[in-house]
Amino acid sequence: MTSLPPLLIAVPLLAACVLLAGSRLLPRLAVDLLSTLAATIALVIAGFLVVATKDERVVSWAGGWRRIGIALSVDPTSAWLACLICFLGACALLYGWRYFEEVRAHYHALLLLFLAGMLGFAITGDLFDMFVFFELMGATAYALTGFKVEEPESVQGAFSFAVVNSLGGYLCLMGIGLLYARTGALNLVALGEAVRGRPVDLLVIAAFVLVGCGWLVKAAAVPFHFWLVDAHAVAPTPVCVLFSGVMAPLGVYGLARVESTVFASVQPMAQRVFLVLGIVTAIVGAIMCVTQRHLKRLLAYSTVAHIGIFLVGLSTLDIRSTGVYLLAHAGVKGALFLLVGILLAKHCSVDEIDLHRDADRSVFRGILFAIAALALAGLPPFGTALGKSLLEDSGTGIAVLLIAVSAVTGGAVLRAGLRVHFGLGPPPESEQEVSKGEERDPEVTGRTHLTMVAAILVLLGFGLAIGILPSTAPEWTLHGVLLGLLSTALAGAVAAMSIWKHHFGRRIRPAINVLHRVHSGHVGDYAAWLMAGVAFVALLAVF
Amino acid sequence: MAVFPYLIAGYLFVLGVYGVVRSRHLVQTVVCVAVSQSATYVLLLSAGFQKVATAPIFGQSTPVGTSVVDPVVQALTLTDIVVSATVTALLLALAIQIHRRHDTVDPDELRSLRG
Repeated sequence: MTSLPPLLIAVPLLAACVLLAGSRLLPRLAVDLLSTLAATIALVIAGFLVVATKDERVVSWAGGWRRIGIALSVDPTSAWLACLICFLGACALLYGWRYFEEVRAHYHALLLLFLAGMLGFAITGDLFDMFVFFELMGATAYALTGFKVEEPESVQGAFSFAVVNSLGGYLCLMGIGLLYARTGALNLVALGEAVRGRPVDLLVIAAFVLVGCGWLVKAAAVPFHFWLVDAHAVAPTPVCVLFSGVMAPLGVYGLARVESTVFASVQPMAQRVFLVLGIVTAIVGAIMCVTQRHLKRLLAYSTVAHIGIFLVGLSTLDIRSTGVYLLAHAGVKGALFLLVGILLAKHCSVDEIDLHRDADRSVFRGILFAIAALALAGLPPFGTALGKSLLEDSGTGIAVLLIAVSAVTGGAVLRAGLRVHFGLGPPPESEQEVSKGEERDPEVTGRTHLTMVAAILVLLGFGLAIGILPSTAPEWTLHGVLLGLLSTALAGAVAAMSIWKHHFGRRIRPAINVLHRVHSGHVGDYAAWLMAGVAFVALLAVF
Repeated sequence: MAVFPYLIAGYLFVLGVYGVVRSRHLVQTVVCVAVSQSATYVLLLSAGFQKVATAPIFGQSTPVGTSVVDPVVQALTLTDIVVSATVTALLLALAIQIHRRHDTVDPDELRSLRG
């Protein structure tokens, strides 16, 4: 059993090396098959780990050096996350089979390295190793974001992404250095014991702020979130599935992991930080989401809003419900991104206004889009609705926030889907302050192939399955279903309002324009916001 | 004074970020990121430093039991340097590509992503 965790990371790494070595020799079909197979094998290993960790965590020490060596430590949460990473990776690779007309094996190798980095981050039991895997997934993600090197937006987005995330990583490393200077340990459990044995002083708080800010940058909490939207807007669409579904949520997972192991003695403070940041993130994400016309940015802001919800979930210490929500959200959001990918390939645009003019009349994909949008809003029996209803049990205030945020983001996505696929409503007003969505993925075929639709259906089915699995289905309650239906109905109302009554929001337009101007696309501004965020988190932590 | 290296580390980090915020040239931005990163080298090495200790290599001149500086932080710093090399190379490559596609290396003139 203890050989499974290292194998989980080794399989995608090894496959990436084989692909790079044989990139000139292997035909396209072999590259596609090999990479998808590697992701599927990793998925099977992760599945075994889920079964194996039911009773106790699986720990494997590198080189057999117990206590002083580097450990991989898998608990049920990390095993499920590993499953999600491999599953989304396999879907993204499957979608890419017929999506890209011509793509070199570098793309597949990078994607597999990215998977390996995320898997390592999820299952390592060593704080410094978390930083190393953070940087591995970071470096490959920057390269994937800038994969379309000929596109001006693409390289700019990758540059901002790399600068902001690197700075976040260094903050985190400084926190790790402080903890090591105090305790002489890097293993999460050993660190936890050493920190718990002493009174909480300024050094522990400083280390918490630094490490926490590092993971918050990855999680894209406001005001660390600017890079995420730019990266989503320019990355190849299948990669967005991984960015949105699991890379950003891994930041939340990193927070949960260090909070529960290392910083158990400062938990009330940590919960306060997560609650405040979560609420701000959810609100800003929802407002930005509903005022976008660039479909990929719209979906990216809805991810920001959901990250806020996950942070709120973390602050209530309800890891299981947050996990259910996170898994289901990944499936639904992934399906939405892939549907937008088909629009992009067919029409060379992801601009809501352009696509409304010459609407894509595919009824099948339109219905899929609408179902996914409603699932995002919390339509029972999707897993998103179950996770939401479980979190809503922890307080009235949280329930109101959750319903409002999921209704607004779901409504925005539904509005876009109805306009684009069914051409509903009058022509939308053009917004001056936001980017338009004129872009193109490299060498896409522009045809809808069976493998692409299959990837979408599998992802949407996954979101549904989370809600009706034998292990989760008994947790449905009557008022959970009713609240889910309420937020779905509200999402419908938001969509209808913004299609037919869009002059309604004119009065708050100046305030929203200010918010849009803050998202300036300037890398220096992003770095300044990063420092402001660190100061804000430090203030929250101290007072 | 043991606090001094930590203050230097904090100063270097803030200096680097200030450079990124104020930079008018993308290559300068990349170098400023590297300056920020050098803060982590200072912090890690100072965490393992002792005044009268020698390098952590035991042999004839340093018998077992002599006090040595902490080798773990040195290994961490080396790993950190590898990370730095990767990220800097990638950032510089992106800066070249931005210059080709946008015809500018001034972050103030990059206006394609906003809102």
